[in-house]
Amino acid sequence: MPITYFLILSALLFSIGVYGVLARQNAVLILLSIELMLNAVNINLVAFAAQLGDAGVGGQVFALFVIAVAAAEVGVGLAIVILIFRNRQTVDVDDMSLMKW
Amino acid sequence: MTAEWWQEGTFWLIAVGMVVSALRVVTTGNVVHAALYLVGTLLGAAAMFVLLFAEFIAWVQVLVYVGAIVVLMLFGLMLTRAPIGKGNLDNDQRLLAALCALALFGVTSWVMFEAFEGEEISFDRSIATTAENVGDVIFSTYVLPFEAVSVLLLAALVGAIVISRRDRG
Amino acid sequence: MVSSFLLLAQHGGETVPPAVPQDGFFTQFMWLVPLLPALSFVIILFFGKRFRHGGAAFGIAALGAGLLLSLIAFVELAAGNAAVEKAWTWFDFAGGDSLLLEFGMHYDFLAGVMFVVVTTISLLVHIYSTGYMHDDERYTIFFAFLSLFTASMLFMVIANNLIQLFVGWELVGICSYFLIGHWWEEKENSSAAIKAVITNRVGDVAFLFGIFVLFFAGHTFNIEVLNHMAEEGEIAATTLTIAALLLFGGAVSKSAQFPLYVWLPDAMAGPTPVSALIHAATMVVAGIYMIARMFLLFENAGAALDVVAIIASITMLLAAILALVQDDIKRVLAYSTISQLAYMTAALGVGAYTAGVFHLFTHAFFKALLFLGAGSLIHAVHSNNMSDMGGLKDHMPHTFKTFIIGSLGLAGIFPLAGFFSKDEIIGGALRSASDLGQVSAWFVLIAATITAFLTALYMTRACVKTFWGSYRGHGDPHESPASMVNPLWVLAIGTVTVGFIGFPVIGPFADWITVPGHEHHGFEPLYNLVLPIGATIVALAAIALGIQLFYRERWRVDLLSGPFAWLYRFPANKYYLDDLYLKGIVRPIQYPIARATYWTNQKAIDGLVNGAGIATVALSKPTYDILDQQVIDFAVNGAAGLTGFTGGMLRYVQSGNVQRYAAVLFAAIAAFVALFALT
Repeated sequence: MPITYFLILSALLFSIGVYGVLARQNAVLILLSIELMLNAVNINLVAFAAQLGDAGVGGQVFALFVIAVAAAEVGVGLAIVILIFRNRQTVDVDDMSLMKW
Repeated sequence: MTAEWWQEGTFWLIAVGMVVSALRVVTTGNVVHAALYLVGTLLGAAAMFVLLFAEFIAWVQVLVYVGAIVVLMLFGLMLTRAPIGKGNLDNDQRLLAALCALALFGVTSWVMFEAFEGEEISFDRSIATTAENVGDVIFSTYVLPFEAVSVLLLAALVGAIVISRRDRG
Repeated sequence: MVSSFLLLAQHGGETVPPAVPQDGFFTQFMWLVPLLPALSFVIILFFGKRFRHGGAAFGIAALGAGLLLSLIAFVELAAGNAAVEKAWTWFDFAGGDSLLLEFGMHYDFLAGVMFVVVTTISLLVHIYSTGYMHDDERYTIFFAFLSLFTASMLFMVIANNLIQLFVGWELVGICSYFLIGHWWEEKENSSAAIKAVITNRVGDVAFLFGIFVLFFAGHTFNIEVLNHMAEEGEIAATTLTIAALLLFGGAVSKSAQFPLYVWLPDAMAGPTPVSALIHAATMVVAGIYMIARMFLLFENAGAALDVVAIIASITMLLAAILALVQDDIKRVLAYSTISQLAYMTAALGVGAYTAGVFHLFTHAFFKALLFLGAGSLIHAVHSNNMSDMGGLKDHMPHTFKTFIIGSLGLAGIFPLAGFFSKDEIIGGALRSASDLGQVSAWFVLIAATITAFLTALYMTRACVKTFWGSYRGHGDPHESPASMVNPLWVLAIGTVTVGFIGFPVIGPFADWITVPGHEHHGFEPLYNLVLPIGATIVALAAIALGIQLFYRERWRVDLLSGPFAWLYRFPANKYYLDDLYLKGIVRPIQYPIARATYWTNQKAIDGLVNGAGIATVALSKPTYDILDQQVIDFAVNGAAGLTGFTGGMLRYVQSGNVQRYAAVLFAAIAAFVALFALT
């Protein structure tokens, strides 16, 4: 199978994730889109790992680490979102523009 | 060994499913539906992993991503009074975002096409990438990053608690 | 020096020059004599106020020493020592002896006589002034200027070159100004001083040009050299004549000849000692001295001496007539001085060199005596006018006696000094007219005789009005103090005795003062007996007429009305000469020219200056408004404004929307990737 299939797939998912990050209002949905992006990266890594054969174990290990980091990031991110919700009663990122001019 | 017809077919099936789910994640008006569509994408990703001889990663994906992370998201949604039912969840810069995403997709795909045109994944394996082998590598070559990630998880844990606890007195 | 006295006594006055004339010991140091009064001037000026009586003692001491030195040196000269010439170079412009300026002394008989005259009269005036100026508030500076004057006069006399002579000439003029204007609080006194200076200036210009002409002709300022060149005929005749006439121009102003005598009567505004010293005996004779000094030059200068003689004749007559109609006693004496100066000038004009210098010598004594006597009268009566005096012979005996002696001397009565000197002049005129054929000498002869008559007449008038009759003034006049009377007696004795020095044949004066190269005229009975007798008769007749007219008041002529009124009015208004000067010369300069100059200054020159100022101000306003405010400030403010504007535009990037930032970030990433991929 041409590796490009997986690469294109990964790129597509990544782009969709980017769209989601930029276009969504709800903070939690932005976090969701970020997960999508990370997944795309994982697919990319594992595809390369598969292609490299014996040396490709490192790729899989890397994907493992990405998953772990994603988990940590989601935990902290959600904690922040909840804190914001507690203070502002909303998680609409459009309303959080204090740093404007 | 070239892919069997059923391997490629499976790929295409799962790929389409994944993309559709992903699209639904970013376009649906119901927040819970978005989370559930993400589950679909993640399961599809797991299937991809299996297809790429990374069974251990596939399982970890399912356990951690689907089992923990998406649940955590759902908890977050619930705790932040996610709007019930359909609504408009997009902001004003949809067009710009779309353009951006398209640009990004275009650039990256073109680059990767250029770089890896015609390369094939071989399905012949001499060494299996089993859980045993992965574990072996983690605890020998990549033990340091492993420990670092552990510390990271600990920090994240502590951090999450500190951030979100109520101030007493 | 003692040997010189013995020599003199042995030969009874006639001198026998030794085989080789040596320089006398004292004659070499005669340059000290001008220096002593100069020193006293400086001392009195700076330290005079600290001494009791303002340091007058310094002046008297300096002059006493000067007189002593002058007498001793003169005796040495008389005993046969040579005339001394010394020089000290001051500036030598072109090297060699062209344009050589030097300080020099030339001491010979002529200088010696002048020295004795100046120092004697000056010393007596100093002593007199201690009494006369006793209560004056500017006592010290008066004595300082007296010393300065004496020093300048001696400096002039001893000069061996024309430039030094001119310097001394000018210095005495300035001292005259200061001394005439001593009581400058009265406007007329300061005006008189200015008149003196300006009138003298006119003559000085001529004098200076005369010096220039001589310099360009002879390439030297040295008097001896010039005289020698004139005699040898090395200078062209026309040049000599022009130079001589120009030099005479200086004498006309300084020695008060027609038409520049107008300053002398007004100079009587100064204190009487000043009049006695400067305007009778010393300064005014500077012109006579100068002509005597340059006599060889004048002799060879063609018609110059004729001009001198004629002008002198006119002057002596005019002045004598004027003296007859004055009320102010000092003015009588002033016009008398002008007349007598004309006598001296006339003598030189007809070539009677010795007579002229002798008259200078004697005139100094009796004129100074008359002035100091007048001063004594004025001091007692507190008025200058004879109409306030009268009958003073009983109140002021000493003044009366000395004044009479002086008047007789002036009138020329035997055996007083004036007799001998006047007689010599008339004799000289006759000799020149008949023997030498000088035409102008006839004018001199006639004028001198008439003037002798008039002189006796006006002096008689003065004496009668002052001393006889009844006192017409205020208060109680009394005799003056000893400090004033003693000099009077000294001068009176001088008037009596001095004449014998010039006694024809036996008097040594003729041996001392002769024109070099001329022979000494012997005793000729026709001239030297008839003439003096004739002169004495004339004088006595005048005195008799005067007594009749003024004392007995017979033949009174009503002068103010009647047929001869114009005869009186003409001289009474000084022949309208002053008016001519005032209206003809002074006023045109004063008003139109001065006004034109003022206009030029205010409009043209100030206009330029003000115009420059206004132009600058006018230029600066638009420069400020446009260039500074709009152009430059626009650039500066514009830069700041542009920055502000750009910032204002750029700040909208900070939307606060994180997703916006993220969008930009991703777009940039895409761009970078593309960029890296392509390159």
